[in-house]
Amino acid sequence: MTQPFIQLRGVKKIYRSGRAEHLAISDATFDVMPGDLVSLVGPSGCGKSTLLKILAGLHGHDGGEVRIGSAEHAFDPSRDVGMVFQAPLLLKWRRILENVLLPAEILGLPMGEARERAKALLALVGLGGNEDKYPYELSGGMQQRAAIARALVHDPKLVLMDEPFGALDALTREKMNLELLRIWKESGKTIVFVTHGISEAVFLGSRVVVLTAGPARMADNFAIDLPYPRTLDTKTHERFGEYTRRIYRLLGME
Amino acid sequence: MSENLQRLTLAALAHVALIAAWYLFVRLGDVPQFVMPSPGATLNALLEPEYGWWTNAAVTGTEIFAGYFLALVIGVGLALAFTWSRTLESFFMPLLVSLNMIPKVALGPLIIVWFKYGILPNSIMAFSICVFPILLTTARGLREIEPELLDLVRSLKGSRWQLFSKVQLPGALPYIFSGMKVAAILAVAGAVVGEFLGSDKGLGYLMLQVQVTLDTPAMFMAVLLITLLGMLLYGFVLALERLLVVKDARLE
Repeated sequence: MTQPFIQLRGVKKIYRSGRAEHLAISDATFDVMPGDLVSLVGPSGCGKSTLLKILAGLHGHDGGEVRIGSAEHAFDPSRDVGMVFQAPLLLKWRRILENVLLPAEILGLPMGEARERAKALLALVGLGGNEDKYPYELSGGMQQRAAIARALVHDPKLVLMDEPFGALDALTREKMNLELLRIWKESGKTIVFVTHGISEAVFLGSRVVVLTAGPARMADNFAIDLPYPRTLDTKTHERFGEYTRRIYRLLGME
Repeated sequence: MSENLQRLTLAALAHVALIAAWYLFVRLGDVPQFVMPSPGATLNALLEPEYGWWTNAAVTGTEIFAGYFLALVIGVGLALAFTWSRTLESFFMPLLVSLNMIPKVALGPLIIVWFKYGILPNSIMAFSICVFPILLTTARGLREIEPELLDLVRSLKGSRWQLFSKVQLPGALPYIFSGMKVAAILAVAGAVVGEFLGSDKGLGYLMLQVQVTLDTPAMFMAVLLITLLGMLLYGFVLALERLLVVKDARLE
């Protein structure tokens, strides 16, 4: 029996500004198994980004328990988290390869090895041959691919993605979804993927956690029983429709 | 590349056209030389040895460059200090914004009282007028860091120094250069105003001398040389920017 890689039990987060308190998350309870791709889906203000920051160790929490790592998957919060945001956040003055190497530099990893790894990762995300370009020479989708390579360069066990394709056009987004599934399978990482796209959440996730806003709370958590590799045909699968309807209902849109 | 060449040609053409228009205006309008000399007469003023063109240009150039360099070191230095201490910034920044409101030219007579006259007070004049734009834009550039980029570095437990050297400082460079470009123009004005107010050397001083004898060609030449000094400084800053700042990151 494998141990969950992440265990959240009744996690609560309160933001205080002066006297006012704002409940950002109440009672988030779910597990993430090693190698899972878990989608956190919900409307703006449901606390999904906050939850991601708690997992990244950027925020504390005000109740409940967060446990990451297990005996066979030890977790070091500085080395084992890779992050991808909505904006690529590439440094304009660095070439793509140097951008990808940033985490390795910060962690003080041996640079020779890191350089080889960065090149391999750029090939993995489909950016082979673009190592020496500057970010402005790449399209938005390509910049986001570079950001994904950067999140993987220090070989983290956990990759946290905060609406990584939210700023891309619909077509590029579809393409990046397929790419992400391929990269996920090839790298074997555990991924927590925040989105407000319901079909994106179902299409990508091996598990979906649904959060609602006002009040912020966890509404559902279920496994997505659709076979990988998923293709565009997956979206016409009967169960795909059932899962998306289930989320729409939870979010009060039906 | 040919587009670049076209732009360069047009730029050169505009300058030549201005000189041609100047020449034609003086020639056809029969304008007296003491009102407006022709381009040729202006060039001829250089042949007057007792004006000491090169010494005076060197003096003004020294004032401009010294004041500017000092402003760069102190402006960037203070802005850097502010990023390391929020208290320091909250204490000094409002004060500096108030000081910036002082018309620096009005300080001229005081500077002369404190430092007599010569190269030093005029450098200080140039310094006082160009330190603020450098300081204020640098401080702003160092503050402009995307919060998520901060999260990224923090999630890797990057140190304050790593954040500064890898993200903050290179990110602020375009701002620093934009302040430096504004300051380059101001530095020239500062040095010349200093010379007007009190000095015994420099192109500004020379202008006051030849004004008395109504040697307008020499005044034109002095303005031209001052402009060239400014262009030299500006060009130097521009070249440095091209060297250090990636095309896309430059602020126009």
